[in-house]
Amino acid sequence: MNRTSRLGLFLAALLLIPVFFTPIWSITLTAPQYPDGIGMYIWVNDITGHERHDIQNINILNHYVGMQEIDPDQVPTLDIIPWVIAGLIALAAAAAATGSRWLAWIWVALFIISGVAGMYDFYMWGYEYGHNLDPRAAIKVPDMTYQPPVIGRETLLNITAHSWPYWGTLWVTLSLLTGTGGLFWDRIAKKKGR
Amino acid sequence: MIQKTTIWKVSTVLLGIGLVSVLMYGCPSQTEMLDTGDAAQRVYVAPGEYDEYYAFLSGGYSGQLSVWGLPSGRMFRNIPVFSQDPESGYGYSEETKPLLMTSYGFIPWDDSHHPELSLTNSMPDGRWMFINANNTPRVARIDLTSFETVETLELPNTGGNHASTFATENTEYIIGATRFSIPYDMDMDVPIDTYSENFDGSLSFIGVDDETGEMSMDFQILMPPYHYDLGRAGKGPSADWVFFTTYNTEEAHTLLEINASEFDKDYIVAVNWKMAEEYVREGRAETVPAEYYHNMKDENTSVAVSNVHDEVLLLDPRDAPDMIYFLPTPKSPHGVDIDPTGEYIVGGGKLATVIPVHSFSRMLDAIDNDAFEEIINGIPVLEYESTIVGEVENPGLGPLHTEFDGDGHAYTSVYISSEIVKWSLETFEVVDRIDSYYSIGHLMITGGDTPNPDKRYMLGLTKTSRDRFLPTGPKQLHPAQLYDISGDRMEMLLDFPTIGEPHYAQAIPADQIRDNVKQIYDLDANNHPHAVKRTADARVERDGDVVRVYMTNIRSHFTPDNIEGIRVGDEVHFHLTNIEQDWDMVHGFAIKGSNSAEVLIAPGETKTIVWHPQRTGIFPFYCTAFCSALHQEMQGYVRVSPADTDVPLTWRTGED
Repeated sequence: MNRTSRLGLFLAALLLIPVFFTPIWSITLTAPQYPDGIGMYIWVNDITGHERHDIQNINILNHYVGMQEIDPDQVPTLDIIPWVIAGLIALAAAAAATGSRWLAWIWVALFIISGVAGMYDFYMWGYEYGHNLDPRAAIKVPDMTYQPPVIGRETLLNITAHSWPYWGTLWVTLSLLTGTGGLFWDRIAKKKGR
Repeated sequence: MIQKTTIWKVSTVLLGIGLVSVLMYGCPSQTEMLDTGDAAQRVYVAPGEYDEYYAFLSGGYSGQLSVWGLPSGRMFRNIPVFSQDPESGYGYSEETKPLLMTSYGFIPWDDSHHPELSLTNSMPDGRWMFINANNTPRVARIDLTSFETVETLELPNTGGNHASTFATENTEYIIGATRFSIPYDMDMDVPIDTYSENFDGSLSFIGVDDETGEMSMDFQILMPPYHYDLGRAGKGPSADWVFFTTYNTEEAHTLLEINASEFDKDYIVAVNWKMAEEYVREGRAETVPAEYYHNMKDENTSVAVSNVHDEVLLLDPRDAPDMIYFLPTPKSPHGVDIDPTGEYIVGGGKLATVIPVHSFSRMLDAIDNDAFEEIINGIPVLEYESTIVGEVENPGLGPLHTEFDGDGHAYTSVYISSEIVKWSLETFEVVDRIDSYYSIGHLMITGGDTPNPDKRYMLGLTKTSRDRFLPTGPKQLHPAQLYDISGDRMEMLLDFPTIGEPHYAQAIPADQIRDNVKQIYDLDANNHPHAVKRTADARVERDGDVVRVYMTNIRSHFTPDNIEGIRVGDEVHFHLTNIEQDWDMVHGFAIKGSNSAEVLIAPGETKTIVWHPQRTGIFPFYCTAFCSALHQEMQGYVRVSPADTDVPLTWRTGED
């Protein structure tokens, strides 16, 4: 690969570093009693409240309809994602260092597979969380489930859930664009050079 | 049959008469119409909007402090201070009972007149509110992050702490004074007609820690046996001084309405508190025995603790020259108020025909020139003419209290003629007057007691409402009136009912407090010795007859909610911890047959209520605060068995 493409891949590796320091997704719940909303951030390795006690308060609200408690320690994906990101960083760095097209293409493939798998896992987490309700819940609404949207806005009883990507997703996207951009630049340069 | 035209004629004539009579009699005066035409708009704060000012109104004989918004006149909160409050459990819970302890035992009531915001450079800083107890002399401090009473201090050697609470420039001191002179020696049993020999006056200087707000009885000054009525600290050039009014310089002890009204002049007392403090630090004060209580909420545990003190430092003006002077002032003066520049000292001679105005700079000159009429107990009496700079003529009958707009005007409440007069600080002439409804005591201008008043609103605190509201029996409410003083003329905007009997009030721009108000108590920082922070730790323990229930509250259940093995004759302590951390998510607790009150527990807080079960049976308890959709399910049972029962002590929640 040429210098520019390798630089692109190196930049792609760097862009994945801030993903550890900003949430990748944000879910906000608004209700009449919570005009400013309460909410949570989803990080690569954790789930935290927008404010210090938001997770506790969301759990208190949710227990009435029999939803499980949100406990970051009980979400196995959160243990895996940091390693996946770290692996992608290492792979991009290795591809940039060696200039190996093969490594670079494997990086792109793994990146896209991880991304799709991550979104699927997120959907399934929401599905499980919204459907697996305690049969002894105080409030039971026939046919009602409480799955938050993966992206967008949805009203569930008195609460509107707003689910949107956060800064971390921007870094992930930019990383993918920069890396693949580099690879395409390499192809173009190769053709022209010939 | 009457003709139609006749009816028209008669109607027209009647209508004409009607119009004339409306014009002549029925219509309020033109000025009043103009003044109040758009008042509703000017006090209207739309739903969801905030008021511009917090106003704090003393509760008078309710012993409370109420919190209001201006200009709307909406009440936000009523804070119990020197009163038990069955609503919150203040004064009933084990954590708060010590705040009502005195050397006379537990006193669940008092008469609170004068709230005072803590000051920095003579401006309110929004940290604390102080308020006095008149009857059993005390001073309290309220924390303005929680709006809760956190400290009370008893004043020894004091009969009625009326001239309190007023703060010096940077809240170095809160002042107090004896309204009724009494014998200084504790519990001294003497004939009342030995008044002049055995009775003494006292002024109190309560130190305030700048960091924590903690109060201490720093020193007292021994005074002649007069009555000390009101006080104020100076500001600007007079910031080192505090001023008190006296009445009963006649030293009467019976039928004071006649006997204490004889002399033409009583005094304003000027005290250089900086000098007094130095004398005390130099060791010129005598240590005298005095029993008094100091009660304070422990920062760490949030449990109030009482400390008993047994002596006080007493400074005698005969041993401490040049620090205190009498300014003759007509006639049984009530209020003493200092203008924003710190130069004018305005007396409210409630029986006087003028409002006397002393000059601080002339007072200093008079002191330099030894312009003394006489010296009483080491206190020089300055010549009246040497300090007076103006006498406001025609102020109405019974001028009491004065505040200022920072624009060269003073506003004096006038009790007997039920009005407020506005007068010029240049010409000492009345420029405007407006009715109050009825019999006004204090008035309060937004910032009107500071060096930098907001010429916006004035609150009149009146004593009787009579016909102003729908009647509610022989005892009517005490109202307040809101006036707009931003223009040349005073305009009345609003007339609203209050809680208790507000004497004085304080106001502060809302943003100076709003952003500092706590939303929860941090559960992690809850170091109450009987707190339980996790439902799993909830339990019941017995130690002899004392049973401690360590109970958690969270929407919508108590843990435990079934308790058995309690015996008749037990002393049951319910230690309730609200483990929620969500703003305004308050739980309550009450149990059938309790001879106490409920308690309300704020998020993160632990509160304790003691219950003495007297009969066997099943006793329901429940959450009294509508906390959630399943609030009605937030309840439980205690089984009480005979004293000699062998029912074991058990507790549970959610198990059959």
